[in-house]
Amino acid sequence: MSDFNTAPLPERMLMAPHADALGLSLVSIEKGRGTMSAPWREELVGDPETGVIASGVVTALIDHTCGLAINSAMGELTPIATLDLRIDYLRPAAPRTGVTAEAHAYRLTRTIGFVRAEAWDVERGDLVATAQAAFMLNTRAQPLKG
Amino acid sequence: MEDTAIQSLDAFLQKVPYVRFLGMRVELAGDEMTAVLPFQRTLIGNPILPALHGGALGGFMELTALAQLSLAQPGRRVPKTIDITIEYLRSGRAQDTYARAILRKVGRRVANVQVEAWQDSRAQPIAGLTGHFLMRNED
Repeated sequence: MSDFNTAPLPERMLMAPHADALGLSLVSIEKGRGTMSAPWREELVGDPETGVIASGVVTALIDHTCGLAINSAMGELTPIATLDLRIDYLRPAAPRTGVTAEAHAYRLTRTIGFVRAEAWDVERGDLVATAQAAFMLNTRAQPLKG
Repeated sequence: MEDTAIQSLDAFLQKVPYVRFLGMRVELAGDEMTAVLPFQRTLIGNPILPALHGGALGGFMELTALAQLSLAQPGRRVPKTIDITIEYLRSGRAQDTYARAILRKVGRRVANVQVEAWQDSRAQPIAGLTGHFLMRNED
């Protein structure tokens, strides 16, 4: 596996430890858009009575896919930080079924990126969640920022 | 704290697989609940900083809201999340994270819950979440 700093974007998106732990996979990428999937796994269930995947997993998938869309829009690998993320959970996903999310970075300013995302389980047109997010662009590593 | 409330909370924490996946636990002081997310490498989103994944933090805060609701409404099924708004204030560092939830309104059908997460200092939260949850009676 190559270094996180120098890996190409698609590869780098899968190297984040939390994305790896969730088992996220890359479906497609084009300028300003990205699609990723989260598989169904027993340990990711949020409702044990129905076997439906946890909404937290959908949150992480959407956040990650929004980051992919912004990075692909910028055409370079720059550090970004989520400012806010609003998610509407339209309906529970089907039991024992994974989720796919597509994000569109539809407006980038020098400092802020605006992204919309949609998530579905089986059919692209039958959504489980919609989301709206804003990201800060070109953040610098400031691990001790208080 | 009533036994039924604590049993309700324990049942929620033990039966939801995603709680164990994140490694979340809670501490109770009377009716005051603090949720704890012990640091582990699998929570990292950006290995360079390193920083916790925003989705892991969001999932943790949502579970904190659901845990607080299970304490307040023992015997009811786990509520369904209707919507959440997450605000990220500071980068989450590679260390333990804490969260507390405030039940701003628990109606018959819908609850509004606000959660704040912090690391070193509660006065400097790293993220906040406001969510609406659909309350469900036993079927």
